[in-house]
Amino acid sequence: MAGLALEQLRKTYAGGVEAVRGVSLDVPDGAFCVLVGPSGCGKSTVLRMIAGLETVTSGAITIGSRTVNEVEPADRDIAMVFQNYALYPHMRVYDNLAYGLRNRGTPRPEIETRVREAARMLGLETMLDRYPRQLSGGQRQRVAMGRAIVRKPQVFLFDEPLSNLDAKLRVQMRVEIRRLQRSLGVTTVYVTHDQVEAMTMADRLVVMNGGRIEQVGTPIEIYRRPATRYVATFMGSPPMNILPAEVVPGGVRIEDATIPVATPGLAPGAAVEAGIRPEDLRLAPEGLAFGVAFVEELGATRLLHGRLGGAELVVQVPAGPEPAEGAAIRLAVAPGALHLFDPGTGQRLGMPG
Amino acid sequence: MENRRFGNLIPHLVLCFGVGVVAFPVYLALIGSTHDAATIANGRMPLWPGSHALETYRRALTESGMAGVPVATMLLNSTITALAIALGKIAISLLSAYALIYFRFPFRQTAFWAIFVTLMLPVEVRIYPTYKVAADLNLLDTYAGLALPLIASATATLLFRQFFLTVPNELVEASRIDGAGPVRFFLDTLVPLSRTTMAALFVIQFLYGWNQYLWPLLVTTRDDMQTVVIGLRKMTSITDQLTEWQIVMATAVLAMLPPVFVVFAMQKLFVRGLVETEK
Repeated sequence: MAGLALEQLRKTYAGGVEAVRGVSLDVPDGAFCVLVGPSGCGKSTVLRMIAGLETVTSGAITIGSRTVNEVEPADRDIAMVFQNYALYPHMRVYDNLAYGLRNRGTPRPEIETRVREAARMLGLETMLDRYPRQLSGGQRQRVAMGRAIVRKPQVFLFDEPLSNLDAKLRVQMRVEIRRLQRSLGVTTVYVTHDQVEAMTMADRLVVMNGGRIEQVGTPIEIYRRPATRYVATFMGSPPMNILPAEVVPGGVRIEDATIPVATPGLAPGAAVEAGIRPEDLRLAPEGLAFGVAFVEELGATRLLHGRLGGAELVVQVPAGPEPAEGAAIRLAVAPGALHLFDPGTGQRLGMPG
Repeated sequence: MENRRFGNLIPHLVLCFGVGVVAFPVYLALIGSTHDAATIANGRMPLWPGSHALETYRRALTESGMAGVPVATMLLNSTITALAIALGKIAISLLSAYALIYFRFPFRQTAFWAIFVTLMLPVEVRIYPTYKVAADLNLLDTYAGLALPLIASATATLLFRQFFLTVPNELVEASRIDGAGPVRFFLDTLVPLSRTTMAALFVIQFLYGWNQYLWPLLVTTRDDMQTVVIGLRKMTSITDQLTEWQIVMATAVLAMLPPVFVVFAMQKLFVRGLVETEK
């Protein structure tokens, strides 16, 4: 077992496109690290560089105590699960699992043992004689994971492995992957664009944007204390509301209401951006004036869409008949739930919360 | 849609007519090969089988008649040549398409276009230089001389190239991570996946090789090296004796059998190779 470290990793493609612009990251031994970000943020490129499928422009990749920049993918002691599974269509499940071991010259009985063991872990024992085309999506996914497991690598790499599954199966596989990773204790890097997957699976969540890391932390840290406006709006569904605000003594003023919040180091009169999660707003006798334009019913909760001054706003309230569409209501912010960001740089301001 | 049954009638009639037009000459050849020389020579071709089939085929296969060698020898020559051409083409095209798609080397595009351009240079166009090369290499009257110049194939290379383009890139990457080098990937993954494409090409190229006329005519001078297509032609154009048409017909029928066999044997794979997109 071993940890993984990236140091000032950069990737510039031949055309001059900078896909990754200096990523440094430490993944402790046995951790489940999720890279999340929109498409084109460089997360897959980072993963592919770790795998050795892309060359490194500059920086260093260290697995355990070994720098592997120039090492062939097969010799990096990693295993990868691809988005489309990349099973060998002409090989039976057994051979798909055994192929990597055979290429390494593992003795036959050992291959047999390892393949059977992986198949048992994944519930594939009865399918070893089938071809990939005879399997369902979820089963193929399992075979792809089995191929990674039999190798007993130091690092697992997952490249959006669940995006080809239907919603129900995705939830199920999410849990299964997590359980498997815990029981094997293998350091894992998992790439996804789905923030629910990221939140639920990660020990260590890395939010990326534009080839850089925006924030690293536990899912709760990132949700509670987003380091930038970008992270704040990317993580969470529905996304955090961002409203223009002005610093006043004792708090910030949004439209005509003043919300008490600590503003250390901010001069009164300074313009800031206030972030409020939809679930941190509640109906109140007085506060922010809000007109409900329309309502989304989610069953357990309702989402109120509307405008507050010039900005779009979403409010999450418990299920119930009130307020109806067209209602004019007032909103209060839960104490300590206000995030302040610099309107220029998008960086988090002060220490509220 | 309700009129389906009736609506199919006319297309079927047209098809039957078409089959008749194509099949009739073949039938005639088959019938002709069962009569004796006199029956055919009197100018009225019978439409029903005669009683000399066994004798005619025995003579055609074993006697060095009008073509100078028995048909058996010519069939053997044709088979060896066509097999060498088909297999050679597949081997060479697989390798060149593999290089074109999976390796980055200087002048890759140039190589691709160079191969592409040879589509416009069939044997007929480059016949003189090709003959000169074959002669200088002492390849006249050899199987190598019959097959080698026809082996390079732009069509097959392009077909494999198209197929390789549809093979997902992740398969290459999975192979790399599984520790398979370029040769392993080629043999363990690409070749098995190309099976149906190879079958389709084999059928096409076997027929191509079998039906060659001009090149075998030039490159063979000895009777015992000639292919059956050449022999057949020779039989019909002898001047100093009577053409034994029943033998010619029998030779034609015999010359047809190997290609028919190849087509029938590989029909399923052939169709799958041409239409398959499932991966």
